Amino acid sequence: MLAILDYGAGNQTSVRRALEHLGVPCVVTSDPATAEAAQGIIFPGVGAAGQAMQALHASGLESVLRRVTIRREPLLGICLGCQILLEYSEENDAMTLGLMPGRSVRFPDGMTQEDGTPAPVPHMGWNSLRLKKPSRLLEGVAPDAEYYFVHSYFVEPAPELVIATTTYGQEFCSVYGRDGLWAVQCHLEKSGRPGLQVLRNFYDYCRSVRPEDVTC
Amino acid sequence: MLSKRVIPCLDVRAGRLTKGVKFEGNVDIGDPVDSARRYYEEGADEIVFYDITASAEQRGIFLDVVEKVASAIFIPFSVGGGIASVADMRAVLLAGAEKVSINSAAVKRPELISEGADAFGSQAIVVGMDVLRVPASPTIPSGYEIVIHGGRKRTGLDALEWARRCQTLGAGELCVNSIDADGTCDGYELILTRMISEAVSLPVIASGGAGKPEHCHEAVSLGGASAALVASIVHYGQYTIRQCKEEMARRGAKVRLTW
Repeated sequence: MLAILDYGAGNQTSVRRALEHLGVPCVVTSDPATAEAAQGIIFPGVGAAGQAMQALHASGLESVLRRVTIRREPLLGICLGCQILLEYSEENDAMTLGLMPGRSVRFPDGMTQEDGTPAPVPHMGWNSLRLKKPSRLLEGVAPDAEYYFVHSYFVEPAPELVIATTTYGQEFCSVYGRDGLWAVQCHLEKSGRPGLQVLRNFYDYCRSVRPEDVTC
Repeated sequence: MLSKRVIPCLDVRAGRLTKGVKFEGNVDIGDPVDSARRYYEEGADEIVFYDITASAEQRGIFLDVVEKVASAIFIPFSVGGGIASVADMRAVLLAGAEKVSINSAAVKRPELISEGADAFGSQAIVVGMDVLRVPASPTIPSGYEIVIHGGRKRTGLDALEWARRCQTLGAGELCVNSIDADGTCDGYELILTRMISEAVSLPVIASGGAGKPEHCHEAVSLGGASAALVASIVHYGQYTIRQCKEEMARRGAKVRLTW
């Protein structure tokens, strides 16, 4: 089973619906024990970094995220979840989880797209990934597949963690991490079949390293 | 770079899909959830649902449709019709929509735009504008006037001024619907579309008038829009979403062709 963390930050229901569509057993939970027992954790989120950190701390889910990372159990951050796995976010000038080295910064105003048209913030719509290194997470997805993005801040993780980039006004990191600890900027749950495939890949990885739920 | 989007628009009345010409004469054309699934599979980039009755007693039926849609398609969708308060917005967002579209209610009470943007973020707030071509005058210098109540009531608001104001108030996107072009299948109102696209830095969805796939390309090229709304052209099986997008790509627009 996958645990979708509920800390009052938005899109858990969409993620749950996408997993149910795939036939992946899942639960939306704010309970630390339930989350830690699951085969893998999905850490979604929309909203602001500062508030999200406060909510994570208050709910006890912050320490869950730290423990599963130390034990190298599977974790996938999506959108805001992708940003606050890093150390710092310019949004609310917030110290974030620091589970991987890097920070989140705001897109500058006044950017332009490749065709010369304005690239306003937020970056909202369908865009593609440029693969920088192979990853199990993106296996089986067509290289020209597009994903749905909605964000004003983007991640700058340590360069060796970058898995894929996207271009909007500038090239930025859209997927990063290592086996079992991944972060994706786009909304996989709203990116049609390619997004569903990535969620499926994550679940398959979870099952391979943790065949059963573990009850403490 | 972002792809230009093709967005089918579904009008829902009493839980059923309906389509009228120039906002009149609605007929039942099917189940909204089935249609949403079909368009999702055909490559729609987003879907818009309008509750065209928006009566209190049928609101529950409509929200039920929204929830079913959210479990059937895995692309963003927006919901409009009858949204007049932050509570109305919250109800459709909780039911699973990504965005809400407000129209008449925003004209009557523009603060609704900023209230929605503050509560849910600008990315969730689409302002729908119904626009009528009129002779240019001191009050309507652009020659395009905002109308409400499905096009029946003129407001005296200049469309260009209103578009700028919506941006200032925190709208995330504008859907510009030409009453003159709606249902004609003769192509979008490109002058209007370009005028609004150039006046704001928000994404603009062109609406009203699509009759063939090349019209979608005109909307995003000549019209400067970031998306083309389609209805009749795809509802009756005349064209598919894929055909619209392939034609746009053939003419040089960047569109999403793998899904």
